[in-house]
Amino acid sequence: MMRAFTALLIAIAMSVAALSVAVDEKPLADPAKEAMARDLMKELRCVVCQNQSIEDSNADIARDLRQIVRERIAMGDTPDNVKAYLVDRYGDYVLLEPPFKKSTYFLWGSPFIFLGLVLYMVLRSRKAPVVPKPLSADEQAELEKILGKREEDK
Amino acid sequence: MIAELGHFATIMALILALLGATVPHVGIARADSRLMTVADNTALGQFLMALIAFGALTYSYLISDFSVYAVAANSHTAKPLLYKIAGVWGNHEGSLLLWVLMLSLFAAALSVKGKKLPQRFRTRVIAVQSALVLGFLLFIVFTSNPFLRLDPAPIEGNGLNPLLQDPGLAFHPPMLYLGYVGLSVAFSFAVAALIEGEVTPLWARWVRPWTLVAWMFLTAGIILGSWWAYYELGWGGWWFWDPVENASFMPWLVATALLHSAIVVEKRDALKSWTILLSIVAFSFSLLGTFLVRSGVITSVHAFANDPARGVFILGFLVVVVGGSLALYAWRAPKLTPGGLFGLVSRESALVLNNVLLSTFAGVVLVGTLYPLFLEAANAGQISVGAPFFEYGAVVLMSPLIVALGFGPLLAWKRGRLPRAATTLLPAAIVALVVGLYVFWQSAGGILMTAFGLVLATWLLASVVLEIAERTQLFKNPSAFLRRVKGLPRASWGMSLAHTGVAVLLFGITISEAWTEEKLLVMEPGDTATVGDYDIRFDGVKPVVGPNFTAIEGYFFASHKTKGAIGTLDPQDRLYTDPVMNTTEASILSLASGDLYAVIGEAAGGGRWSVRLYFKPFVSGLWLGAALMVLGGFLSLSDRRLRIGAPKAKQVKAEA
Amino acid sequence: MQRFVPLVIVLSMFGLFFFMMTDEDRNPNEIKSVIIGKPAPTFSIPGLEPDAPALSSADLKTGQPVFVNFFASWCVPCRAEHESLMALAREHGARVIGIAYKDTPDRALAFLDELGDPFTKTGADLDGRVAIDWGVTGVPETFLVDGSGTVVYRHWGPIVGDGLEAKVLPALEAAK
Repeated sequence: MMRAFTALLIAIAMSVAALSVAVDEKPLADPAKEAMARDLMKELRCVVCQNQSIEDSNADIARDLRQIVRERIAMGDTPDNVKAYLVDRYGDYVLLEPPFKKSTYFLWGSPFIFLGLVLYMVLRSRKAPVVPKPLSADEQAELEKILGKREEDK
Repeated sequence: MIAELGHFATIMALILALLGATVPHVGIARADSRLMTVADNTALGQFLMALIAFGALTYSYLISDFSVYAVAANSHTAKPLLYKIAGVWGNHEGSLLLWVLMLSLFAAALSVKGKKLPQRFRTRVIAVQSALVLGFLLFIVFTSNPFLRLDPAPIEGNGLNPLLQDPGLAFHPPMLYLGYVGLSVAFSFAVAALIEGEVTPLWARWVRPWTLVAWMFLTAGIILGSWWAYYELGWGGWWFWDPVENASFMPWLVATALLHSAIVVEKRDALKSWTILLSIVAFSFSLLGTFLVRSGVITSVHAFANDPARGVFILGFLVVVVGGSLALYAWRAPKLTPGGLFGLVSRESALVLNNVLLSTFAGVVLVGTLYPLFLEAANAGQISVGAPFFEYGAVVLMSPLIVALGFGPLLAWKRGRLPRAATTLLPAAIVALVVGLYVFWQSAGGILMTAFGLVLATWLLASVVLEIAERTQLFKNPSAFLRRVKGLPRASWGMSLAHTGVAVLLFGITISEAWTEEKLLVMEPGDTATVGDYDIRFDGVKPVVGPNFTAIEGYFFASHKTKGAIGTLDPQDRLYTDPVMNTTEASILSLASGDLYAVIGEAAGGGRWSVRLYFKPFVSGLWLGAALMVLGGFLSLSDRRLRIGAPKAKQVKAEA
Repeated sequence: MQRFVPLVIVLSMFGLFFFMMTDEDRNPNEIKSVIIGKPAPTFSIPGLEPDAPALSSADLKTGQPVFVNFFASWCVPCRAEHESLMALAREHGARVIGIAYKDTPDRALAFLDELGDPFTKTGADLDGRVAIDWGVTGVPETFLVDGSGTVVYRHWGPIVGDGLEAKVLPALEAAK
């Protein structure tokens, strides 16, 4: 049932939505603000799409969110304020860039953590000298036999 | 009838795979040569059966036999022929059968081409490969049978998503699958080597060509997907860090590391542990991708219908295959004799650095893809990890790699001399910095990342050129230059070409991202808009009828400010009938300097239309760079030295 | 020792997958609601009926739990869940408030005429802003607000199948 609902939701969203993104929307009068708004839109996730920002998406709700972004920027909100506004409603999910907080320290640190770990393992295995295993009693006897034979041949 | 034949063939293949996965091991244990040949015979048999099964399924699609459930669910009589065929693998069941077809193809190929391998080892390898085929066949026969019948048969099928009815997308999955499945050969070689308890340079010599083939297909498959997204999805994006995209990128990263690592095993008998591990991990990532698409764990544009029941089965398969092989590795790793020593500055070390950086990046991509899942499981909220994170990872880890790429080929084995390499490469560094500073200054200090990207790309390109010059003694001994050029082995050209491809790719990414110009506007016939140095005149719209859609087509005339007329653009806004879906078809004019890109949207009333226009400079660098990489791989592959297996022991007449 | 590292990592990852996959309630498309535990967002929208009073968040602070259902006449799954809403209102005596999302009042009223009206009060969220304040991503979504005006539960998607029995009713009981 869930599957059908999701598929239908997407189909509805797509069929109802206008196709061209942001085109019938009026850009803000102030070009600097419009640029700020557009940059912000690229950082906000379209909450019903797969992996699209609201800037890229054709979905209806993306268009609503774009309007909200424009309105708030025009009103004087900073991009951070607008992000906070949307996070209040949709959670951190709406940010394409995961926030930097306790629960994401590991995520953001992962390149360095992994690099450090791997380099450590690599360097450690280099330092370990290759020491040949000591011979077992049989092998020792064998060796002596060969050496003894050589002595005889001489 | 045909579907039943296909079903029967599938089951026959399963039986053969079962025999092929078990009997040969018994044969080896008993040193029974006849039992060992079961591996070769069943490999061929499996492939034949898989071919029949796949053929039967394809035939059912071609004749639109809607009594077959899979055909009814995914096809339609109005679909053009190519897409009927592509529809065979455009769904869960069919794509699994494609996996089986390819896995068994590689098993059969191993049997045919591997005659020069020692029999015992070859038998092991094929037996492992057959076990993989077995796993997939079990999955198909018990949970995902494409030959199930529908009674009564519907008159018409459900059609295929119109977004997928596209030539680029028809070829993207098969190529990608060839890549994924090709990595299974390296996997089988690795597992066989672990079972046998030894890895030799000969092993590496065998693994490399197969991995190279898989890598080439994977590269081509990934870039084809990107290219498709670029011209199909309507806003010029080509990579979205979607979980399933990442699932194709991770094996690619690991396969690249594997290719380079195998060189060290072959030349210096070192890095065996690394290479075995990479072989296992590369294919594991392939399997992980298959899992993610079908299990319902993560959402993705690529996901087939979410079905947790099937997901659990695949997970079980993953535990056995990946868990099993890694357990085998943990157990048998001590048996791998450590190899040649090398200095901290040497070609081996450069390749270790290559391994480290590529594997770490693959790990970071994995973490980014799965992190929302971790947090969800820990009830720590819901986040989404998008492009900003992955791009950060790429910059941190891939930048040092690009720098090292310049040095690597110039360092000698065992003990390289850094100062000497640095002196050779100094011109490259200078040129790169000049380019970077120029860009930075030109854009009024705006785009640091762009400058950085261009510095790296220039550095790499210049390094490749300087390395060739060094090798052919162009500057030191110009008269011998041509002779040396002819004497350079193909593998060396392959390397240079592939690395050049990386540079070109990086140029393409950096330039197109930084200097894309976009205009969104409402136009009426006669209006002209300017993007970049081009004037685009809107000439109107006309209705168009396609095989299974109707559309509004806008037509535009593009001309360069000074060079005059360039061409026309005709984007469409399509309405498909079955299923009902609205899509846009962008129109792209590819010029040497970049792409002109037009998308038409809704009518804005009064004969006016909403239009999106772009100029994307040098975006073709992406496609060209990837093509160069694949070509480089092909050149390497064609190098005779790489393809010869164990030379036959020269028969020397014993002294009388 | 480090030879066991890959195995351990991989098995943990598979364990995670298994854990997630066997959770039947989990839908990977669902975005968890972040307003649960917070006071219901303030809003004021016109009523659906021509002369009806405005619908506002004050209507939610009645001392009794109340459901807020976002629906639309153009929404197909909303039809599927309508039965459950009627049952909620009629058989279980729950208060259900309906907000028509991006719908014209005429069409929304026609929808209710056709399928039955389980709502004690209705409102029209013409531009969808109220839905955004509630963190709604699509219709239908249903929220439960307790007597003090705090959001205590959200049902994502239509209330169908055993959703009513298994989730909605228990939530209602807990909120009383």
